[in-house]
Amino acid sequence: MSFLPYGVAAWLLLIGLYGIVTSRNLVHLIVCLTVVQSSTYVLLLAIGYRSGGTAPIFADIPSSRRVVDPIVATLTLTDVVVEATVAALLLALAVQAHRRFGTLDPNEMGALRG
Amino acid sequence: MTAVQAVALVAVALGGTAVVFARDPARQALVSSVFGISLAVLFLAFQAPDVALSQVVVGAVALPAMIMLTLRKIIRREEVDRGER
Amino acid sequence: MSSRVRYAVFGTGALGLAVLLVWGLAGLPDLGDFAGRYGHVLAHSAVPQRKATSSISVTTFDYRGIDTLIEEFILFTAAVGVMVLLRVQRAEEEVPAEPEAVRRPTARSASLRSLGAALVGPILVLGIYIVVHGHLTPGGGFQGGVILMTALFLIYLAGSHMNLGRLRPLGAMEASEGVGAAGFAVIGLGGVVLAGSYLENFIAPGQVGYLVSGGDLPLLNIAVGLEVMGALLVVLGEFLDQRLLMKKGQA
Repeated sequence: MSFLPYGVAAWLLLIGLYGIVTSRNLVHLIVCLTVVQSSTYVLLLAIGYRSGGTAPIFADIPSSRRVVDPIVATLTLTDVVVEATVAALLLALAVQAHRRFGTLDPNEMGALRG
Repeated sequence: MTAVQAVALVAVALGGTAVVFARDPARQALVSSVFGISLAVLFLAFQAPDVALSQVVVGAVALPAMIMLTLRKIIRREEVDRGER
Repeated sequence: MSSRVRYAVFGTGALGLAVLLVWGLAGLPDLGDFAGRYGHVLAHSAVPQRKATSSISVTTFDYRGIDTLIEEFILFTAAVGVMVLLRVQRAEEEVPAEPEAVRRPTARSASLRSLGAALVGPILVLGIYIVVHGHLTPGGGFQGGVILMTALFLIYLAGSHMNLGRLRPLGAMEASEGVGAAGFAVIGLGGVVLAGSYLENFIAPGQVGYLVSGGDLPLLNIAVGLEVMGALLVVLGEFLDQRLLMKKGQA
């Protein structure tokens, strides 16, 4: 039972990769990439969790209370916003590719020629 | 592991699978919005409220908006191409 | 390589990856038994050292400030990349805008538009609150910046696309993004000048629970909030302008 969060992270990674490989539409491919990204968030937060711990905000709890790890929360929260913008960059590339090739199917796109 | 965490984990796994298997991008944008909200609930269950805040706005608002705008741009270009040829 | 061969290669690769993942992840400590000393030290020294109650904010901007600076520059670069890609395309573009007769407000029903317009103010205040209180409660620059972006995007959703052309200050958003990114780096320089190393906290910590506490944390939160809001609005504006494309003389 304790393997569930790690199993969900591995499952999200693999199903996202499957979606990327078998995709027929560039926009669908980019959204599958966000699924792969979220598998890393789940893994990080599962690692930093401490049983019986609460959020590491000491505004209303005594300083000796057991809290979860704040470092993984730091990594994850900056990651969430940054990778949404990277997905926007990829979507702009998809718009360019559609303009160049007339289709969004990765199988039908040739190489970019000068 | 509490019951909320277990249920949230299962919901995230199902949501991720649904996002991959929704082949039409417009429908996929809405499914990914639901997936984003379930992720935010999971982050809250793991006692990380900051991350849940980020994820709610990004996953439920910003990302589906960007997907729909991209699709609109592509559909518009296809309309023009078809109209001119 | 035909699709079948490709899928077969992927299948074997994924199977191997799955085996490795399960074997590796099973070797991790059980959920909840993580005994990391670094996180424990950071969590419990946030209040005594920096007088800020949110140890996540202190970790993000003070103890691990360099990581946040680099992530912020990734955000900045991605936004600049979107601008370059879509503006160059716009310069050589031939797709005209939709004809006059078809242009219509974005939200068709009046109740949706008025609700959207009414929500802009409260969401703006909520965003500013979350940015400024980042060192006391859950929140901070990243979260508040995205909420501010939502508030301003709601103006577009609730209003007419055409009327927005003058109302949406794209130049101001680009300036906000630049000021935020530069502000973070410059405040780090203040650390060099006044405290000895880059991004070191150089303002006095203040008292626990007060708005002016945590040293330079509120300033860094505001800088990041401006940058995230600016970057996301610039990106969304670039996507939107693609619909608004007009040749000169077609006002």
